[in-house]
Amino acid sequence: MSKVIKLRKGLDIHLSGEPQPKIIEACGSDTYGVSPGDFEGVVPKLLVREGDGVKAGSPLFFDKANEEILFTSPVSGTVSEIRRGAKRKLLAVVVSTDGKGESIEFKIPSLSSASRGEVAGVLLSSGFWPMLIQRPYGRIADVADHPKAIFVSGFDSAPCAPDLNFVLAGERENLHTGVEVLRKLTDGKVHLGLRAGVDGVLNQLDNAEQHFFKGPHPAGNVGVQISHIDPIKKGDVVWTVDAQNLAIIGRLFRTGRIDMTKIVAMSGPQVVNPYYLRIIGGAEIKSFVMNSNIRPNKTGGSGARIICGNALSGRTTSREEFMGFYSNHITVLAEGNYHELFGWIAPRFGKFSVSHSYFSWLCPRKRYSLDTNLNGGPRAIVATGIWERYVPMDILPMYLVKACMAGNIDKMEALGIYEVLPEDLALCDFVDPSKTEVQQAVADGINLMIKELS
Amino acid sequence: MIAKLLRNVVDRVKPPFEKDGKLSWLHSTFDAFETFLFTPDSTTRRGAHIRDSIDLKRTMIVVVVALVPALLFGMYNVGLQHFRAVGDPASAAALWPCFWYGFVRVLPLILVSYIVGLGIEFAFAQARGHEVNEGFLVTGMLVPLIMPIDVPLWMVAVAVAFAVIIGKEVFGGTGMNVFNPALLARAFVFFSYTSFISGDRVWIRGAGKGGEYIDGFSGATPLGQIGENAQQALTDAPVWDWIVGTIPGSIGETSLIAILIGAAVLLFTGVASWRVMFSVFAGGLVMGLVFNAIGGSPYMDMPAYYHLLLGGFAFGAVFMATDPVTAAQTNAGKLIVGFLIGLLAVLIRVVNPGYPEGMMLAILFMNAMAPLVDHVVVGANVRRRLKPAKR
Repeated sequence: MSKVIKLRKGLDIHLSGEPQPKIIEACGSDTYGVSPGDFEGVVPKLLVREGDGVKAGSPLFFDKANEEILFTSPVSGTVSEIRRGAKRKLLAVVVSTDGKGESIEFKIPSLSSASRGEVAGVLLSSGFWPMLIQRPYGRIADVADHPKAIFVSGFDSAPCAPDLNFVLAGERENLHTGVEVLRKLTDGKVHLGLRAGVDGVLNQLDNAEQHFFKGPHPAGNVGVQISHIDPIKKGDVVWTVDAQNLAIIGRLFRTGRIDMTKIVAMSGPQVVNPYYLRIIGGAEIKSFVMNSNIRPNKTGGSGARIICGNALSGRTTSREEFMGFYSNHITVLAEGNYHELFGWIAPRFGKFSVSHSYFSWLCPRKRYSLDTNLNGGPRAIVATGIWERYVPMDILPMYLVKACMAGNIDKMEALGIYEVLPEDLALCDFVDPSKTEVQQAVADGINLMIKELS
Repeated sequence: MIAKLLRNVVDRVKPPFEKDGKLSWLHSTFDAFETFLFTPDSTTRRGAHIRDSIDLKRTMIVVVVALVPALLFGMYNVGLQHFRAVGDPASAAALWPCFWYGFVRVLPLILVSYIVGLGIEFAFAQARGHEVNEGFLVTGMLVPLIMPIDVPLWMVAVAVAFAVIIGKEVFGGTGMNVFNPALLARAFVFFSYTSFISGDRVWIRGAGKGGEYIDGFSGATPLGQIGENAQQALTDAPVWDWIVGTIPGSIGETSLIAILIGAAVLLFTGVASWRVMFSVFAGGLVMGLVFNAIGGSPYMDMPAYYHLLLGGFAFGAVFMATDPVTAAQTNAGKLIVGFLIGLLAVLIRVVNPGYPEGMMLAILFMNAMAPLVDHVVVGANVRRRLKPAKR
C-alpha cells in the first residue's frame, strides 16, 4: 500500500438519511431523457424529431462547437417530446421506451492492439465521450487534447453520498476494462483515488495507479485528489471520469452494446427509507421518487427539494426531469421557508454549525436533518479565515473568489482557477456567515475564463 | 404560541413595506426589525442547498456578549474611581453604589453611540437598498468602552458619525472598510479634542464638575504616570490592581480579567482569530524584552509583561486587532500584522514622549498596512503555483 495522503481541512456534514446498503430494483420508467443542461457549455443541435424511432446509442443531438461529440439515447423507443423552455432553449430530448432494450451494436477493437483513435471513435459514436471531463474548467474533454493524466475518484465523501465500493461491487471486470480504455487515451498514468483503510472492488484495479486519502469531505472530490497527486499548472490538461461511468464505459467495450444501468443512492433527511436503486441512466425522476418515499415537511416550511447530486453541489430537479448523466445520487431535503423567533440569540440546540456559538460541537456524532433555509441574509464578506479551513488544496479561496467576482483574468489564473471546480469550494458556501455564493462565483469565473481565453 | 401571534402581527404590518408598497422606502428598516424578531425564511437558490446555521447576526452578538464582562466591570470601575477621587471610602468599598454610579454615567454614552451609529447605518442601507449590516452592533458597544468617562456626549455623537460615514460607509459599508470604525471614532476625538481624551483629568468622573479630587489624588492612568515619571510610578507597582482593573483608564480597557473572559468567548466560538490575538501579545512582549535588553531608563527596564497589563493593550489585542475586516485576511498575514501591532504599540509608548498610549495608533497603522502584508503572502502562493512542476 502506497503512502496515505492525509487531509486535515474539510468537513463531514452529518446529514441524516444515509443510504442503507440495500439495492431495490426500480420498476422502470416509461420515459427517459437526455438534458443538454447536464453538459456545461454545450450548445445542442438536434438530430431527431418527435416520433423518430431510436435505439440505445442512437444520437439525439450534438454539440454545435464540437460536431464529433454526440449525445445518444440511453434506451430504445421513440422520441416522444422535444422539451423546450424560455426562448426555445432545449431542455431535454425525451424518449418513450419500447421496453425491448435494443442497442446499436458497436464494433469494438481489441484493446491490446487498438489505436488511440479507434478507442476514441467508439466513445464518440456511442455518446460516451462526454463522460470524459477535462480540467481545467470541468468541460467535456476535447478530442484533440492529449491529457497529462486521467484521474478517477474511487469514493464520494459528500453528505449522504453513495458508497462506491457497494454500488460497483459486481462491476470488477467492467471497471478493469474501463481503466484499460482510459490508458489508451493518455500517454500518462491513470490515477485512482481511494479512501484509506477501506477495501473493496476498486482496490482490485491494479491497472491504475492507486492513491490513498484520509480525511473529511472534500477528500473524495477528484479536484482535491488531483491537487495532491499532480497539481494542474498553466497549460496542463488532465481528464477525469466518474467511477460509475467508468464501469459503463467498460461494459460497452466488453459487450459492444449500450447499457446505462446504474445504481443510484436515494438519501437525505426527507427520504423514508434511504436506499440504493438500480435504474437506467436518464430515467424520469418520478419513476423512482414517489410521494410515498418522501416524509412530510415538519420544519415549518413547505415542500421538499429533490436534488440531483449531493446537498452541497447538486442541481435542483423535479419529478418531471430526468436522472442526470453524471449523477448517481438523489438527495431530498425539506424546504426551509419558515421563520424562527429570535433565532439569532436563542441557543437553538438542534441546529448544526461549525461555529461554537451553537452547540452541535457537543455531539459530534449526531446526524442533523438540515433543510434549505439560508440561515441568514446575504452580507458583504466579513469573517475572514473561515473558508481556508475547508479547502484542502494549496489555494487561497477568498482571494480566488474575489478575483472571480471582479472578473480579473490574470488574478484568477495566478490564484489557481485551473485547479478548481465549484464543487471543490462547496463547503465555503456552506460555512460562510455572510452567505456568499462561492460556487456561483467560481462558476462565473470559469465561464469568463473560457469566454476570454478562447 | 407567542411566536405565532407575533408572526401574524408582522405579516399584517408587512405589506406596505414590500416592493412597490407605500412605505417601500423604509424596506431596509422594516427588514432589520423583522429579522431581529424572526430569522428570515429565505431558502438557498444557488450553490450549496444546505447552509450552516451561523450568520452575521449571531457572529456579532457573540462579540457583544464577549464585551459584557468588560462593560460591567467598566461601569463598576467608573463608580469606584469616582468615590476614591472625591474621598468617599464608604461608597468605594461597596459594590452596588459603585456599579450604579457607573451604570448611570455609562449608559448615555452607549445610547448615543448606538442611536447615532445605527441611524446612519439604517439610512445608508435604505439608500442602497441593502439589508442593514450587523457590524455596528459591535462598533456601537466598542466606542463607549474606549472613551474616557468624562467625554461629552455630543463628542461621542460626532465621533461615531465620522467613523461610520467616513470610516465605513464611503467604502461601501461593513466588510469594505479599511480602518476599524471604533478606533477611528476614538482617533477622531483624540486629534480633534485632545484635551478631552488625554491628561490626568478625564479618566475619572466628577473632576471639575463640583466633585473635586481630594488632595494629592492623581487621576492619571498608570501609563500616564509611568510616562511622566517612570522611576516613581514603578516603585511598588500595583500589578494586581492592573490585572483586576481598579485603575483609571478608558471605560472598558482597565480589567485584564474581564477582557480575558471576553477573549475566551471569542476564541472558543472561533469568532476572533487566535492568530491575531496571540501574535499581538507576542509582539508586545518581544518589544518589551528588546527594551529590557537595551535598558538605560526606568521605563525601558520595566518588566516586559507590564506592557500587556497596562492601558488599552489587552483590549486592543482582543477586540480591536482581531476585527476580521481590517486585520490581514490571510493566516500568515494575521500573524505578521498582529505581531507588528504589539511591537509598535510598545514602541510608541516607550519612545514617543507625546502619547502615553500607543495601541490605538499601532492598530490603525497596521490596518492600513494589512493589505500590503496580505499582498506579500498571496504573492508567495502565486509564485508557488507558477513554479514548473516537479518531475
